[in-house]
Amino acid sequence: MEKRNLTCIGCPMGCQITVTMDNGEILDVTGNTCPIGDHYARQEVTKPERTVTSTVVVLDGDRPRISVKTKGNIPKSEIFACLEEINKVRVHAPIAIGDVIIPNVCGTGIDVVATRAAGVA
Amino acid sequence: MSTAYDLVIVGGGPAGLSAAAAAREAGLESILILERDKELGGILNQCIHNGFGLHTFKEELTGPEYAGRYIDKVLELGIEYKLDTMVMDIAPDKTVTAMNRTDGMFQIKANAVILAMGCRERPRGALNIPGYRPAGIYSAGTAQRLVNIEGYMPGHEVVILGSGDIGLIMARRMTFEGAKVKVVAEIMPYSGGLKRNIVQCLDDYGIPLKLSHTVVNIEGKERVEAVTIAEVDEHMKPIPGTEERYTCDTLLLSTGLIPENELSKSAGVELSRVTNGPVVNEALETNIPGVFACGNVLHVHDLVDYVSEEAKKAGENAAAYVLGGCKDDRSGKEVKVIAKDGVRYTVPVTIDPERMDDLQVVRFRVGAVYKNASVAVYLDDERIQKRKKRIMAPGEMEQIILKKDQLLAKEGLKSITVCIEQD
Repeated sequence: MEKRNLTCIGCPMGCQITVTMDNGEILDVTGNTCPIGDHYARQEVTKPERTVTSTVVVLDGDRPRISVKTKGNIPKSEIFACLEEINKVRVHAPIAIGDVIIPNVCGTGIDVVATRAAGVA
Repeated sequence: MSTAYDLVIVGGGPAGLSAAAAAREAGLESILILERDKELGGILNQCIHNGFGLHTFKEELTGPEYAGRYIDKVLELGIEYKLDTMVMDIAPDKTVTAMNRTDGMFQIKANAVILAMGCRERPRGALNIPGYRPAGIYSAGTAQRLVNIEGYMPGHEVVILGSGDIGLIMARRMTFEGAKVKVVAEIMPYSGGLKRNIVQCLDDYGIPLKLSHTVVNIEGKERVEAVTIAEVDEHMKPIPGTEERYTCDTLLLSTGLIPENELSKSAGVELSRVTNGPVVNEALETNIPGVFACGNVLHVHDLVDYVSEEAKKAGENAAAYVLGGCKDDRSGKEVKVIAKDGVRYTVPVTIDPERMDDLQVVRFRVGAVYKNASVAVYLDDERIQKRKKRIMAPGEMEQIILKKDQLLAKEGLKSITVCIEQD
């Protein structure tokens, strides 16, 4: 039996939730005061995901870097691998918002896309 | 360049952009935005994290994407703007004095002005932290600009004072870029940041948040070498014996935002001592007819969506003022909105029941954390609303909505009171 303690992000209450698990199976969710907390806790212990945002270097652009994001959530465990890929990238201007910078980052099926445009210097 | 405009908007951030678009859509042709930075978008440009726009666009955008949508709108509408332009003065007669490298110093006569200058971070000098003054002490927003826009890392081992959202966001951002964030110290017994940011920026990366703690010493003559934090008592005095020393090369400050109202003051705009922003009526108009305020210069917001919404109103009202012939149509029948019992302030501060829209949003903040308390609204002595809230916190802006017919129905209405009631 394993117990995981979480803080719910559903609202400013920030309920302290305890999830009791056995071999990856959720036995019990306690501490939440509404269904949002139950849903959040189940998602968080079985399939935690995050959107990752960072920047990449722009070559010959009108700005030194542009901001990027994963177009959807990626597994939490892949965050730093994803950042490593992002840090390797050098892009050439021009870039438009939404341009794919890294397709299928770390095999997650999610693209890293530009969130900022860059013109040619 | 014309030297007279119907509407001059000071600031091209989210408030200025939304106000400009709304004023144009309300039929105002002659509009000029003056922006100090080299691009439109304001501080959103450096807020590369996601979570913006859930209310406005029903999707989660990053700061630059959110700004981009409003910039595109302003460009499509053909609204004039000047970049790299610093406004030096706004005179009470709405003459705006500004300067930039191409035009030099110039003056614009405006029929209406919208104040949309935003806010600034509270600096170290305002915090009374003892210790040396070495390099390596940055406000969180400055560090954010260096990392996200310029591409420089301010340091590698970081202590953060203050748990405002920018500090929390920067804890994660610095971690992403390879820095070690050792601790976040918050002098209050609660965080001023959003729960989601505490979980996703600190807990996710094992960064401790120490509540009721502050910095009591900074070491290092040329560069920060170590920071000592200590627990504080209920009077916010450090408790001897609780000191902890962290070696680090960087101290980030995320200790609050202050509306930037130097220009408002010189224009003669009356300011609130609670918000440090202008005192406005239901039209978001200051004590000077035709001078409006919106966004963080009015009061510091936590969601940009509400800035855009508020600024849209300011834009529409400024347009109506100009198109109506710049007449001061205040009836003198404004009713005061009183903030009390846990409500720190309200925006607006007065409401004219005859002039108001059918529905009027009143935004406010509470002064402490309240669980299972109610927001009550009184017209004079009669309670017209009571809404129970599971939680209210100083970090989250609250709102109530007033109905015009309800206010008009109350004969001889003198005051509207917004307060917190515990059951």
